[in-house]
Amino acid sequence: MDILYSIFIDPFVQMVDAPDLLIQTLWEGLVSGVLYALIALGFVLIFKASGVFNFAQGIMVVFAALTLVGLFEIGVPALLALVLTVGVMYVLAVGVERVMLRPLVNQPDIILFMATFGLTYFLIGLGELVFGGNPKSMITQELYLPTGSVDFELLGGFVSLQKLDIAAALIASIMVAGLAVFFQKTRIGRALRAVADSHKAALSVGISLNQIWVIVWFTAGVVALTTGIMWGARSDVSFALQIVGLKALPVLILGGFTSVPGAIVGGLIIGVGEKLGEFYWGPLVGGGIESWLAYFIALVFLLFRPQGLFGDKIIERI
Amino acid sequence: MSLNPVSTPAPEQAADVILSVNNIEVIYDHVILVLKGVSLTVPKGGIVAVLGANGAGKTTTLKAISNLLHAERGEVTKGSIEFNGERIDRLSPNELVRRGCIQVMEGRHCFGHLSIEENLLTGAFTRRDGWGAVKRDLEKVYNYFPRLRQRKSSQAGYTSGGEQQMCAIGRAMMSKPSMILLDEPSMGLAPQVVEEIFEIVRDLNTKEGVSFLLAEQNTNIALRYATYGYIMETGRIVMDGEASSLRENEDVKEFYLGVGGAERKSFREVKSYKRRKRWLS
Repeated sequence: MDILYSIFIDPFVQMVDAPDLLIQTLWEGLVSGVLYALIALGFVLIFKASGVFNFAQGIMVVFAALTLVGLFEIGVPALLALVLTVGVMYVLAVGVERVMLRPLVNQPDIILFMATFGLTYFLIGLGELVFGGNPKSMITQELYLPTGSVDFELLGGFVSLQKLDIAAALIASIMVAGLAVFFQKTRIGRALRAVADSHKAALSVGISLNQIWVIVWFTAGVVALTTGIMWGARSDVSFALQIVGLKALPVLILGGFTSVPGAIVGGLIIGVGEKLGEFYWGPLVGGGIESWLAYFIALVFLLFRPQGLFGDKIIERI
Repeated sequence: MSLNPVSTPAPEQAADVILSVNNIEVIYDHVILVLKGVSLTVPKGGIVAVLGANGAGKTTTLKAISNLLHAERGEVTKGSIEFNGERIDRLSPNELVRRGCIQVMEGRHCFGHLSIEENLLTGAFTRRDGWGAVKRDLEKVYNYFPRLRQRKSSQAGYTSGGEQQMCAIGRAMMSKPSMILLDEPSMGLAPQVVEEIFEIVRDLNTKEGVSFLLAEQNTNIALRYATYGYIMETGRIVMDGEASSLRENEDVKEFYLGVGGAERKSFREVKSYKRRKRWLS
């Protein structure tokens, strides 16, 4: 009886008893959720357009952040470094298309998936060669990102919001809204969705796959850069950061591999779920729930809704 | 049904040829020889049909022209293909569409998750003449295919087979083509819908001046709408001629139209056709 009480009743009693703590936990969950969503977004873009699960997305985040900080360290002004890093991500996209995607066109998906592993190790090697293996700190202030926190009294307690987190949430929202409009309303966005639907048909109406792939990888690169800045500002910029890339996996299973809104909602659910689980249910098993709870949720989803919350339904004419 | 006049000259002698295929050979995967010296021509503003049974090489011929072959690891190893007098064997499908030659693939291949209207708009991808012109052409396509206007916001994957075929042809029209390679438009459709689609094809041909090269198994309807026909068997063209004369040919009647020839029971009595080889290509 005791154990049932502590699983099903006690956590909720605690939530009601200390609403300020609940709100603080929810906020922290939402912020990490937004960042998970950003990473997942990078995956979704590439998966939609080339049907490939891009294992290298995590390392692209690190590589972009390292390039930014590295450029700043050799004396390039912060904003110029930002622009140059965007340029580097473009060069990377063109390179990936030329060297990896073009020769492997029409190969089974698993081959391309393996190629993204290769890309991962290439980027790790290149990153270490150029920038060294030591962790660096993100140039938060130089990029005019706010620091410090906003504290206010709420429901008989204190809630403290990091200004950086607020900025992260704002920037991510703008990015997502921009991408949604781009996908739905523009010529290129339509072509992207067409390619996601059928490579062959897209080819037959004259859509250039090479051009689309460059655009998609470049967009994913810019998303990776944004993620890198935000994550880097919360911890520091090192190769360990690529682990957050793996967190995108449960987010994608939850939201659906092909859905931009799915990545957002999935990210938020995972972020909030993780933090709530850790805070209220974690003590029952001695803590440490945060690292596996997301995968557990994903597993449950795979059983009942394998296409995710918002994934494309498989349309079949009979 | 009115028949087309027989007065058009044989395409091989016509001065304004839009497409000419000379003695091409196609090999898949470096080993499988699929086309063995196929030649054909399409006159400007003509409708030419390539006929034959399953596996005769019709689709491969069309894909060799549109260069979609490359995506299936096929390759044109001999011969040449000219569109408007220009060699096109090395062009990508994207460049080819830009020059005005587009393929409507067998089995429609609409973008299932896009709406009908979005499908049509993807056809205008290669165009650079601005949103106004695209909008006008969209209106034009809706006038040719009123059914598409009714379904314009439904997802293409949920529309009927006939509507998908119309969508695929309309999508090709959006690229402002001068030539459409139409592969098996009748596949899996009710006879009435097939008739409707061929009527629209003829309309597009006469009013918009689009030339058509169509691959068909439905010999009967293809020869009613085409002006000229080629018959393929196992990767070769075995016979060609005016649509009207092919329609009257005893063997075509027997093999492809399913009429006449009751007196011939054995294959030994069947003539084997070998087209005079064109050495000058």
